[in-house]
Amino acid sequence: MPSVKIMKNRITKTIHASEITDESVYLKRRHFLQLAGIATAGAAFAAIPGRSQADVKPLKTIPSKYSTSQAPNSYKDITTYNNYYEFGLDKDDPARYAKSLITAPWSVKISGECDKPGDYNLEDILKPHPLEERIYRLRCVEAWSMVIPWVGFSLGDLIKRFQPNSKAKYVSFTTLNDPVQMPGVGRKVLTWPYHEGLTIAEAMNPLAIIAVGLYGKTLPNQNGAPLRLVVPWKYGFKSIKSIVEISFTRNRPETSWALSAPQEYGFYANVNPQVDHPRWSQARERLIGNGLFVAKQPTLVFNGYADQVAHLYSGLNLRKNF
Amino acid sequence: MPNIRLLKALVFAVCLVPFVLLGLAAFNLAGQSLGANPIEELLHQLGLWGLRFLLLTLAITPLGQLSGKTWLLKLRRMLGLFSFFYILLHFLSYAILDQGLSYTAIIEDIIERPYITLGMTALLMLIPLAITSTNGWMRRLGRRWKKLHRLVYVIAILGVWHFFWQVKLDTREPLIYAGILSVLLGYRLWLKFSKSRQITAKSQ
Repeated sequence: MPSVKIMKNRITKTIHASEITDESVYLKRRHFLQLAGIATAGAAFAAIPGRSQADVKPLKTIPSKYSTSQAPNSYKDITTYNNYYEFGLDKDDPARYAKSLITAPWSVKISGECDKPGDYNLEDILKPHPLEERIYRLRCVEAWSMVIPWVGFSLGDLIKRFQPNSKAKYVSFTTLNDPVQMPGVGRKVLTWPYHEGLTIAEAMNPLAIIAVGLYGKTLPNQNGAPLRLVVPWKYGFKSIKSIVEISFTRNRPETSWALSAPQEYGFYANVNPQVDHPRWSQARERLIGNGLFVAKQPTLVFNGYADQVAHLYSGLNLRKNF
Repeated sequence: MPNIRLLKALVFAVCLVPFVLLGLAAFNLAGQSLGANPIEELLHQLGLWGLRFLLLTLAITPLGQLSGKTWLLKLRRMLGLFSFFYILLHFLSYAILDQGLSYTAIIEDIIERPYITLGMTALLMLIPLAITSTNGWMRRLGRRWKKLHRLVYVIAILGVWHFFWQVKLDTREPLIYAGILSVLLGYRLWLKFSKSRQITAKSQ
């Protein structure tokens, strides 16, 4: 019998289950988790008023070696505790108001320093990519975290298709900005449209994905449907939702949070327990779903993904480039 | 004038309603819930109620004076103590639930995070006011009692400021509290200046 202590240790370690577990056992466990997840999702759907089962569709996925073995948060927590200011500032606003978002038809504009710019409809964007389940930790800059079973594919694989040229040093992303569908953009709390960016090296890192689903189903609107970025080693605000434009640029793009409060939010926004937010500590985080009586857990550098991404920042002063 | 004992009992019961509802929510009873991040929600709600009762306490004097219903003043101490009650619970849930009683983390927070420094200062200033709120202490301190209890104005400013510095982006709600507080403090300043003007006018 593993003691509680051992279980706790497993949660804070970054070793992938695939590295310590026989592959077939690992896959079986993944499959079991998927089944369990889908069952939970079904129950949660029934519990959300005004949201019909028809809104999200099941997706076929293959497991990924990049998934964590940590237990995912409940579907309910993942879909009712969201920051998506286009639908309001409270955590439960997106679940309440994002129904007005129309995600089909959807097209993504590809622009800037690349050989294949143009307007692509969603089906064309997604078609060549097999969908993987990627169970990632998500660390919000507000010092809470979740474990989320995303469904998606490598951002790098998508980017290659548009053939960025040698001048492309950065990739910028833009969220839909429609005051009719998005009641929150009437208030200028951030500069709309929401925009984010990565260096091209960050974007090509295998951990960076475009997510189109979670818990084996298409994304609910409040989680950034129909497609969003997920960069698990950065604070959650970098993982931009409901993308309508991807642009390749020579210069570092401006980003929404860094524009609104440059002293508090930087371009890199890498998860770093040693670099505090000016107003709160980033050393520890509250894992959502733990209830009232579990203490915060330590935050890991690069959110536990240092092995895969630390090399991107060698020689960079992470305190200055926060 | 209403039956004061009955009124006090009623107000006491009403003041306990947020506590009871939060208690039920903490254990997911009676359809109440604190949501996905229960500790943060509990902290936030306890702090808000502490601030609301503080502003309500400060509203009693002007309300009593303006309406002529001086019996309102008999409720002031209870409201003030309820403010202390909720603010103390706010601090305790921060120290115990949020920080797991890690003294180093709490001390670091108090020193390094200005909004927590403000909140802690306000709480420390509230303690002597709560202790000296009894009739015995009022008698013992005499004139000094009133002087001491003027600290409540500083505490209220610190409390609203603490709220303002804590929010991530949307400052509307703390600004509403700041607006109410300015009216309550402004009334007192206005009263003071108009009185001193009357006095100087008479002495001339």
